[in-house]
Amino acid sequence: MYRRSKLLLLAIFLGVPAMAPAQAPAATAASQAPATQAQIAALQQAVQQAQSAGDNAWMLVSAALVLLMTGPGLALFYGGLVRRKNILGTMMQSFAMMGLVTVIWAIAGYSLAFGHGNWFIGGFEHVFLRGVGLTPNPDYAATIPEQTYMVYQLMFAIITPALITGAFAERMKFSAMAVFLGLWSLLVYSPMAHMVWGVGGLLNASGGHFPSLDFAGGTVVHVTSGVSALVTCIYLGKRVGYPHNNFPPHSMVLSFIGACLLWVGWFGFNAGSALGASSLATSAFVNTHFAAAAAALGWTVAEWIHNGKPTALGAISGAVAGLVAITPASGFVQPFSALLIGLVAGIFCSFMVFAVKSRLGYDDSLDAFGVHGAGGTLGALLTGLFAASVINPIFKDAAGNALPSGAIDGHWGQLLNQGAGVGIAWVLSIAGTLVLLFAVDKAIGLRVSPEHESEGLDLSQHGEEGYDLNS
Amino acid sequence: MVKIEAVLQPSKLDAVKDALLEAGIEGMTILEARGHGRQKGHTEFYRGREYTVDLLPKVKIELVVHDEMKEKAVQAIIGAARTGRIGDGKIFVSPVSEAIRIRNDERGETAL
Repeated sequence: MYRRSKLLLLAIFLGVPAMAPAQAPAATAASQAPATQAQIAALQQAVQQAQSAGDNAWMLVSAALVLLMTGPGLALFYGGLVRRKNILGTMMQSFAMMGLVTVIWAIAGYSLAFGHGNWFIGGFEHVFLRGVGLTPNPDYAATIPEQTYMVYQLMFAIITPALITGAFAERMKFSAMAVFLGLWSLLVYSPMAHMVWGVGGLLNASGGHFPSLDFAGGTVVHVTSGVSALVTCIYLGKRVGYPHNNFPPHSMVLSFIGACLLWVGWFGFNAGSALGASSLATSAFVNTHFAAAAAALGWTVAEWIHNGKPTALGAISGAVAGLVAITPASGFVQPFSALLIGLVAGIFCSFMVFAVKSRLGYDDSLDAFGVHGAGGTLGALLTGLFAASVINPIFKDAAGNALPSGAIDGHWGQLLNQGAGVGIAWVLSIAGTLVLLFAVDKAIGLRVSPEHESEGLDLSQHGEEGYDLNS
Repeated sequence: MVKIEAVLQPSKLDAVKDALLEAGIEGMTILEARGHGRQKGHTEFYRGREYTVDLLPKVKIELVVHDEMKEKAVQAIIGAARTGRIGDGKIFVSPVSEAIRIRNDERGETAL
């Protein structure tokens, strides 16, 4: 009996490897039936298609969420903050970006951002979206059609110039705004996007000269728009009557709704930057929400202490500040780092808006610089501090092992790279914006006349009234 | 005929309307207004800066009544609107030279 069971064991030992061809197809290819090979290939393709289906579904939803952030998110947020006579003018500025930047992006913007070029700018291989079809572009996102990637990135290109409109609210000509921001999209946005995310970009995390960690656009979107906003509001000058007269929001209700749409839409902005329905998207989603919440609390408490009352405007501005700051960090940090980043951003940006703006006297009407410029800069630097390879092993050695990401991993040098990214964003924004402002001003004039400013943009620029409560 | 104009706190509108109806006065015009007398405004916050809002919401009632009804109307308004604090409002009385009913061209006191 003992001998028989030994024989049985031996048979099993010899038999099992022969019965498991799926585990070592290369080694036993010669011994497999072609039918099994075909079945395996079909299964592999089905798995890949399932992966792509999940990724593409999330990416298309994310693209829609990011567009929602512009229209109506930003349109409402900014619209509620201006005087009633300027509500339509303000909303039209965001809406115009939805139309104009789309066309510019399709013609040349995408190619200049994501085509192959040099360290500074892409190329012309994709002008008129040539070559951008439904198969994936493995340079950027290997599991989704390139058109998904292109249209997702387009939504970022739309909202970035729309953010700038907050600085020059209530005083810029519609025509001049359209020309200025359309050109800005090509001269500042596309190059910055290329440098940070494009193949061969100077600041690209994978292979750039100064590998900069910017998950969803802290520098590309927020620093560029915020700094350009500051330059523009200083160039254009203050609104008539500012700061002697106070111009309180005509509808905090609209701004509140807009801010909540921004918060929800930001899940597409940050979690969608994982470019797939992955656990990295989950990380970014959680970090985004945590930062918004902590920042809203931070600004609210800071204001409560400073002024004695917590305002709704402070609370929603705090949330936005946290969302801005977490944008570059969202796919790199741990959840409690996100809470801390949000808290710091809420307090820091409130200080920028309360203390710094009034002390320096510039009329950044809707705090585009105070929240986006300052918050983006802060967030980009904090990303260098808190980026953890355990969340996202973005830096790898030649063997594919994960290297330390940020200071929290011991890689303090990353702060310098982040600084480089921020510095380049500031320089490009200042230079590009000044050139464009000067050129457009000379060509058609930027600012509305004092009479038109007094009459309001709705009537003077659009011949309409936002509210006709008597009709 | 006299015209009575009363500038009131908005919160007193319902009480004043009821009091006038009880006094037998049915016709009136209500306007939303902003203004202030000696009453100071309130402070609001915008971006951390405190500022004073001194154009406060008010309600204005206008009625045209027979001379005999004037005192009754005024007393009805005062009774309903008075709180004793600054900001209660004011009443102005002025003579009216003509009143016309649009529907049938009635003129004079019968038009009221």
